[in-house]
Amino acid sequence: MIAHLPALQIVLPLIAAPLCVLLRTTRLVWLLAFAVTVASFGIAVELYSQVLQYGVISYAMGGWAPPIGIEYRVDQFNALMLILITAVATVVLLFARTSVAKEVDQRRQPLFWAAWLLCFTGLLGIVITGDAFNVFVFLEVSSLSTYALIACARDRRAITSAYQYLIMGTIGATFILIGIGLLYMLTGTLNMADLAARLPGVTESRTLKTAFVFIVVGCSLKLALFPLHLWMPNAYAYAPSAVTAFIAATATKVAIYVMLRFFFTIFGADFSFGAMPLGQVLMVLSVIAMFSGSLVAIYEQNVKRMLAYSSVAQIGYITLGISLATTTGLAAGMLHLFNHAMIKAALFMAMGAVVYRLGSCRLDQMAGLAKQMPWTMAAFVAGGLSLIGVPLTTGFVSKWYLVNAAFDAGWTIIPVAILGSSLLAVIYIWKVVETAYMRLPPADQKPVQEAPLALLIPLWIMVAANFFFGIQGNLLWQSVLQAARQLSGEI
Amino acid sequence: MTHHFILRVITKLLIPLILLFALYVQFHGDFGPGGGFQAGVIIAAALVLYALVFGLNTASAVIKEWVLLVLIPLGVLIYAGVGVASLLLGGNYLDYNVLAHDPVHGQHLGILLVELGVGMTVAAVLTTIFFAFAGRGHRDANGNLLPHSALSDEIRNRKDGQP
Repeated sequence: MIAHLPALQIVLPLIAAPLCVLLRTTRLVWLLAFAVTVASFGIAVELYSQVLQYGVISYAMGGWAPPIGIEYRVDQFNALMLILITAVATVVLLFARTSVAKEVDQRRQPLFWAAWLLCFTGLLGIVITGDAFNVFVFLEVSSLSTYALIACARDRRAITSAYQYLIMGTIGATFILIGIGLLYMLTGTLNMADLAARLPGVTESRTLKTAFVFIVVGCSLKLALFPLHLWMPNAYAYAPSAVTAFIAATATKVAIYVMLRFFFTIFGADFSFGAMPLGQVLMVLSVIAMFSGSLVAIYEQNVKRMLAYSSVAQIGYITLGISLATTTGLAAGMLHLFNHAMIKAALFMAMGAVVYRLGSCRLDQMAGLAKQMPWTMAAFVAGGLSLIGVPLTTGFVSKWYLVNAAFDAGWTIIPVAILGSSLLAVIYIWKVVETAYMRLPPADQKPVQEAPLALLIPLWIMVAANFFFGIQGNLLWQSVLQAARQLSGEI
Repeated sequence: MTHHFILRVITKLLIPLILLFALYVQFHGDFGPGGGFQAGVIIAAALVLYALVFGLNTASAVIKEWVLLVLIPLGVLIYAGVGVASLLLGGNYLDYNVLAHDPVHGQHLGILLVELGVGMTVAAVLTTIFFAFAGRGHRDANGNLLPHSALSDEIRNRKDGQP
């Protein structure tokens, strides 16, 4: 069975999803989802250790050898991504059981978990596949189920934000599809490795440039790069809290993965950053994102929306690293991809615990909350410190390497921008801290209890991960650096 | 019940033919154009036609909504299950060659089963979508379709006449 692990990675959640619909008992369904997610995590870890030991794993779906059949291809980068997705899913799922029981209609819950597992399947599928068209198929699997998950919230505004996301997400996916179609037209193949081998022969073709532009714009929409981020704040703010924590930590990250896969594996760094002005465009947009996202976050009253705008800024850091077009820059961007997933999962779970007790996460209602919910707010502060980039946290490690990479690439203005944007993060995190710790609770508001342990334990696991990878900064950096070298073709 | 007499008779004549054609598209899909998705759409079209002419309540008596909700995941399970079967028989996921003694027979059996799953899910999903839209405002608090007589009462009881 070991040889079939790449298939099982996708198949387990894929089979569990329809079983959830048949079981129809929320308790059983959650148990099934949890068992499958933990198993997926085990598979992902095993795949990574195999990749480190034996090199790239290739799996021929249906027994059709690539490039004719669909190939699943695991290298260091996507093995790490698989671990990220499954690990975040495991922790958030522990959190989600209690949170979703409160935030989602009782009758919808079995179907909710089915959609959750489909979303999980889709995200894993995008990452593991080595076939460009298969990427699009899994992208749609994960996106469609995400729209359903967002619309499951009791808040009616969730439906309009899910619809808004649906429109924007579909435009993004269509752009990617058009790009893939043009590549297919040009080369007659959809296998990524085969595409990479054939494209250098046609770099002068206008079709190739058009395909590149379509894919860049499509991916940018999916990963919410400024100015294509407008679907994100509402979708994150009104979705059930557990969904927000899950998709904030995985969906946009997977979109970044797709972009990197296209830039480096398929088009090749020489074309992406040499023949096309990707580096310059990406750098300008990233810096604008870092500042505009943070500035809007400062004025936001709904903390989930604030964190969503902060995500826009943080995604800016990731793409900034990529735009440097050096291996260390790429690795720094990738490192921040992993770290930001941990940071935002922790912060959104903290807000999920607040919503669980308060029913909302508006700043004015959170006044004096730290006395009533000390552990939840302490977790938020810890996550916030990591977001700002205080030493001993993951946020510091990735910003440190990002600054170093920028200096190495000969940019002196970029580190200043990183510092400036981090200072803006201090302001919006401080606003929440000040409200929760230093204001008195509104007189007409009933005091609330601390969140139940079922929410606090997964929340603190995520916070602990932030500090663990912050203190052991080198651990993830070495893996990511190796993955970046493999991706950019240095080794 | 005597309204639209011609429509009713023609519909009753057409539906068996539509279903037969759907089955042809389904099972001939591995030799010619067609397959599970197309067949599923044609089956759903037959059910939608029936519901349009005879009303939603009659249609949901013909095919119960819970049946549809079982068929949707079942089709996916059949598809994924074929893959698991080929895994257990020693092939790669969805490698039909190992399903029978002869690889050609195996391919044949595999695609037949997979397309069956696709057909089931597509037919059930499309019919469910139709029922969901057509049944808007015709359901009680638990989501069950109101019977015809109760429906008119229900609408009469609402002052604005808006369901």
